[in-house]
Amino acid sequence: MSLFDKFAHLSDVYRGLEGRRFNPFNIAFDVILSPTEAMIKGRHILLLGTNNYLGLTHDPAVIGEAIEAIRNFGSGTTGSRIANGSYDGHMQLERALADFYGRKFAMVFSTGYQANLGILATIAGKNDHLILDADSHASIYDGSRLGHAQVTRFRHNDPDDLARRLRRLAGTPGDKVVVIEGIYSMLGDTAPLRELVQVKREGGAYLVIDEAHSLGVLGETGRGLAEAEDVEADVDFIVGTFSKSLGGVGGFCVSDLDGFEVLRVASRPYMFTASLPPSVIAATAAALHQLRSRPNLRRQLTENAKRLYGGLVDLGFHLGPEPNPIVSAIMPDPETAFAFWTSLLQAGLYTNVSLPPATPRGLALLRTSVSAAHTRHQIDHAVALFAQVGRALGLIPHARVHRGTPHEAPEGKISVAGE
Amino acid sequence: MNDPDDPVRMVVFDTLRASTRGAVELSDQTNIVNELGLDSVAIMDFVMEIEDRLDVSVPLDRIAEVETVGDLVATMRDLEGKG
Repeated sequence: MSLFDKFAHLSDVYRGLEGRRFNPFNIAFDVILSPTEAMIKGRHILLLGTNNYLGLTHDPAVIGEAIEAIRNFGSGTTGSRIANGSYDGHMQLERALADFYGRKFAMVFSTGYQANLGILATIAGKNDHLILDADSHASIYDGSRLGHAQVTRFRHNDPDDLARRLRRLAGTPGDKVVVIEGIYSMLGDTAPLRELVQVKREGGAYLVIDEAHSLGVLGETGRGLAEAEDVEADVDFIVGTFSKSLGGVGGFCVSDLDGFEVLRVASRPYMFTASLPPSVIAATAAALHQLRSRPNLRRQLTENAKRLYGGLVDLGFHLGPEPNPIVSAIMPDPETAFAFWTSLLQAGLYTNVSLPPATPRGLALLRTSVSAAHTRHQIDHAVALFAQVGRALGLIPHARVHRGTPHEAPEGKISVAGE
Repeated sequence: MNDPDDPVRMVVFDTLRASTRGAVELSDQTNIVNELGLDSVAIMDFVMEIEDRLDVSVPLDRIAEVETVGDLVATMRDLEGKG
């Protein structure tokens, strides 16, 4: 008997992967050359699975601010903001976020995961109700479980089901808080926000939207789905992360609800964690400035996403329902997903494998994410590699002959993993 | 307690049979995780089917307590009684 016997089902899968040259859950990059290129085991790899939507990780202004901050303030804060004090950078970043969203209040957390923990576990108390979209991220489920509210889920993106669940709660004491996401991280689909807002309003509930994957991606100024759908006034809390479009690490929540500031002394995941280091804060503030001042990045990202999505649809892959920067190909089973992933990596393309229960409906996914930093040539090269591996694995029909299309095969032979 | 004509019990068994495509013989003692091979999300998904058919919402902490099919029947009966 071992302490880890309870993980037997996971251990079998993990051991099976450990024997392989490449393990999707344990891959290491030797060097990151740019937002779209890295070295793995001495080989040049095109990155298509990093969530680096705007490519700001290597922006000279962002890096410059981080270096200056580390020189002026040191490598870390060595404590939490409540116990050990905030730095000026934390306060400035919160003001910048509040200004960006046009809201009164903003709070910064040390990760996006903790932002959901810190908000959901705190705003919904013992006699309140959290109603989650069924496809919510693990941090939303975990944040809900950390608190004392009653938690139920509604069918993914189904306003009628949300209405039914709010109706069942009618007359029950306590506040009702609905939690959804802007872009869902596995299939890249967006929430039907206008319809959900209508239901939320009729049911007298509060609404939290996690814009982790839609900040800097959707909306006229990049504020996310709520801006794109013109319903920001009906969204009570926006949660997000710095680790995707802003290229850093950390999370935040913005709101207009009076009394919001009390969360600083009530939210345990905020109070009992070391605050973000000065370099991360400075880099994030600089990246937010880039996001606001360079709308072309967003346009380029959208164009790249459509190019990849369109290319893979044309090849016959089954994808998520919308051409957003998360493009996931649905695989018949986990084994095929691993084989596909390994073949792509051997051909020089890095993607992600996503498996249940992290995925909806038990789907095995070969997940990719596009960056504004990708060139047209890089996207086309990725599509060509998908074509070769997809055909080698028998997942898509064989090539139709059309010369000069963007999906021309690159040089070199594709070897199929798991042979 | 184990009245086979109990409508709540019938809904639970029907839904589970559909979710597992009849692959496993079900009884009150059947362990949902170990014997039916369902992960946490799959369990929440089939509970959702039961919720719809009985017009009851099941809080996640109540789902977490369920181990056997009999537990699930008891939980649903309890919540339906309250509704």
